[in-house]
Amino acid sequence: MKPAGGLRPRLVKRLLPSRRIRVAVRLIALLGAFAVAGIFLQATGRGAGAVYRAMWTGSFGSPYGQAQTILAAIPLIFTALAVAVAFRMLLWNIGAEGQFYIGAFGATAVAYSAPDWPRWLLLAAMVVGGLVGGALWGLIPGALRAFFGTNEIVPTLLLNYVAILLVDYMVNGPWTDPATLGFPLGKPFSESAILPLVGNTAIHSGIYLALAAALSVSMVLSRTAWGYKIKVIGSNARAASYAGFSIPRNMVAVMLLSGALAGLGGMVEVSGVVHKIQANISPGFGYTGIIVATLARFSPIYLVPMAVLFGALVVSGTELQTLGLPSDIVLMLQGVILFFALAGELFVNYRLVWRAGTVSDHPSTPAPVSNRAADLEQAG
Amino acid sequence: MPRGGAPVTSAIELRGIVKRFPGVVANSNIDLELRHGEVHALLGENGAGKSTLMSVLAGIYQPDAGSILIDGEPIALRSPRDAIQAGIAMVHQHFRLVKPFTVAENVLLGARTSWLLSPGRLEAEVADLAQQAGLKASPSARIWQLSVGEQQRVEILKALYRKARVLILDEPTAVLTPQEAEALFVTLRSMAADGRTVVFVSHKLSEVMSVADRITVLRGGKHVGTLETASTDEHRLAHLMVGRDIAFESARAPGEAGEIVLRVDDLHALSDLGLPAVRGASLSVRAGEILGLAGVAGNGQRELAEALAGTRPPTRGRIELYGADLTRASARRRIEAGLAYVPEDRLGTGLVGAMDATANVMLKSLSKHRRGPLLDYRSAARRTKDLVEQFGIKMSSLDAPVRLMSGGNLQKLLLARELSSSPRVVIAAHPTAGLDVGATEAVHELLLEQRASGVGILLISEDLDELLMLSDRIAVMYEGEIAGEVSADDADLERIGLMMGGTGADAPPMAAGGG
Ligand SMILES: Nc1ncnc2c1ncn2[C@@H]1O[C@H](COP(=O)(O)OP(=O)(O)OP(=O)(O)O)[C@@H](O)[C@H]1O
Ligand SMILES: [Mg+2]
Repeated sequence: MKPAGGLRPRLVKRLLPSRRIRVAVRLIALLGAFAVAGIFLQATGRGAGAVYRAMWTGSFGSPYGQAQTILAAIPLIFTALAVAVAFRMLLWNIGAEGQFYIGAFGATAVAYSAPDWPRWLLLAAMVVGGLVGGALWGLIPGALRAFFGTNEIVPTLLLNYVAILLVDYMVNGPWTDPATLGFPLGKPFSESAILPLVGNTAIHSGIYLALAAALSVSMVLSRTAWGYKIKVIGSNARAASYAGFSIPRNMVAVMLLSGALAGLGGMVEVSGVVHKIQANISPGFGYTGIIVATLARFSPIYLVPMAVLFGALVVSGTELQTLGLPSDIVLMLQGVILFFALAGELFVNYRLVWRAGTVSDHPSTPAPVSNRAADLEQAG
Repeated sequence: MPRGGAPVTSAIELRGIVKRFPGVVANSNIDLELRHGEVHALLGENGAGKSTLMSVLAGIYQPDAGSILIDGEPIALRSPRDAIQAGIAMVHQHFRLVKPFTVAENVLLGARTSWLLSPGRLEAEVADLAQQAGLKASPSARIWQLSVGEQQRVEILKALYRKARVLILDEPTAVLTPQEAEALFVTLRSMAADGRTVVFVSHKLSEVMSVADRITVLRGGKHVGTLETASTDEHRLAHLMVGRDIAFESARAPGEAGEIVLRVDDLHALSDLGLPAVRGASLSVRAGEILGLAGVAGNGQRELAEALAGTRPPTRGRIELYGADLTRASARRRIEAGLAYVPEDRLGTGLVGAMDATANVMLKSLSKHRRGPLLDYRSAARRTKDLVEQFGIKMSSLDAPVRLMSGGNLQKLLLARELSSSPRVVIAAHPTAGLDVGATEAVHELLLEQRASGVGILLISEDLDELLMLSDRIAVMYEGEIAGEVSADDADLERIGLMMGGTGADAPPMAAGGG
């Protein structure tokens, strides 16, 4: 029973991965992604160094780039929050994109119908418009799932097209700006429908809304009775109904909140960046938000820096174009990062052990156990 | 310390095994010698480290120190696969079977054979071993069609198919009826007679005495002794296990039963598969009494308990708590009305495995741990600490996920939460299954205390001794109905047994509860 073959790798489950391991694995995954993407860039003859340098200047490396990065991170914070909240209950909200559009739609409807209101009042009304629009878009799949057991993924995804086409229709019809001669652009917002800038930067005050949303969501999820119930339902539905928590009602509530968060993102985007409604207000913020939330392990706090990282990726795409490089490089990078991060999760929960082909017969060396100081708190 | 023995007879030796978990030393320097052809029982309180030690032997955990010798040769068991190759197989308390697959397919799973499957030949091969494993079901039967006892036989069959010479069973009888347990012992003895080594983990002293050749006792992660069964008795073992003497009988003081607190009338409910499971059950529980509910598992007890707790909608009938109609009330309202429920499926229903003890203690009393809109984790942690002390719960740390706690301590935590909510009616389903003698005694005392303070208790159990000891009246459930009821004082074991088997119903059943 002891013919030792060559060394073979095997995965051994870690009981409780420590925080140090989780952080280390994720950092390595990130670096690995850039390294592998670098090989591709090198292979296409563009010079990985040059491309990365350009991306750096375009995002973090210049004051202009920094502002653009933050501006791109803001909508991502909202959509990622939407995804993270739903996932507390193990619901996949693939519809943050549509909720974002419909939030923009709601805010725009308010902005166009009361352009002369004082700024504070109009902005507050637009916030409500965005929240309500997004919440409504979350309500539909939430109620379908809660009362008919319909899986939420397909409805959330399909509603994206409904929202995008609705905005398309509006900017080509009722809301179109005659001055643009048929371009799919809405009329410019009135002065009081525009979010003020922060100090003398190019960043609009939607950043405060985004950070406040992240903090309050984190607070609600981790400190309130409702957040506790959501967590119980997400981790053991039987125990939840045993404890008397209503699963359908909370499911609807979670999807309302999720949609509202993405909808608020849409409001902030039209009011802070675009200053009008137009087609394509989002280059896929809803979908990128899924990646951001997943990489942050659905933590409302960790997703903020993750959104900044992905904001930088989005922005550096434009920088690449000015160098005559395809901005799709950025999409590839996003994909590779996601791939590495997911693969990395394997190494958070398992460790690689090299061992001989069959049962080895060397005296049992005490195998080191990696989970000695396991701190149990999950990131989030 | 008994150790050694003739090297020829020693199949496995564990030397100085140490296994630490964050905050606890589950095994501290344990020596254990297992011989060919013996049934070796491993006895110990909840959390003594039995499962951990066996998991080390089965290659699931890596020890922090110590060595394992097979037939005198040191060996490293880095994974369950290593252990299986070395001839060691473990039957876990929670079976690891694929329910939609057949018996034969489950046996084949993970056992590396040729890639081409010939169902006919496989089933013939399995049928042969099935006899040895004492499995009567056909190899082509699907797992979900089998009873729990039969599923356990499939696990044993898997071990035999993998040519296991050492078979470890972790609390195998916790899920069995007394008859099934008897039959299992016959199988285990015959396997030992074939020269195999059987390790049998249990809390039940009588079982250990009847099936084992030798008994090793663990306490607090340490080896406290290995004894020949022939030269010891239950009291000695109990003393070794808990370090003090145990009163085997909790005395049930004659009680004054009060008004009816729980009345169930012609209740009907469906099983998970949508078939009638509770079919017209009627019973009533008075304040300050324990109504025992006997019956073979699967006769609708679980569905009845869930219908009472509000997690399974009754299709017909009526449930009254203190005279108020709660038939359609939500689980929430029943909890608020003072109904406590200790479900049989602790981790699946009663507790949230991924959350810590404090979060689990809060589960049903969120409104009590509030500060403004926020939850007051600090007061909940204080309450948890109190309960842990009061109920003698052992755990590595207050903020470790409870799924890491040992089975007995999980149950104590669940009971602690339910009984500390000052309930008026308690439904307890198999509250001592898997508990050691000390813990069982504690649970019995807790239930009797509740009874003395005027709580009405419905005690669902398969353990007739337990029912006889604690109950004022015993009702028997058979095929979803109450087949009959006897008062505990003139309980006739034979009649109860007959009713459990569905033949005693000829005798006129007494009116449920009366008055
Ligand atoms: N994976 C784990 N992580 C942390 N602590 C653990 C783990 N497994 C077991 N423990 C702890 O180690 C101790 C021994 O547990 P073990 O499960 O071996 O007890 P046991 O004797 O099998 O008890 P029971 O009879 O209740 O099943 C307990 O204090 C338990 O909480
Ligand atoms: Mg155990």
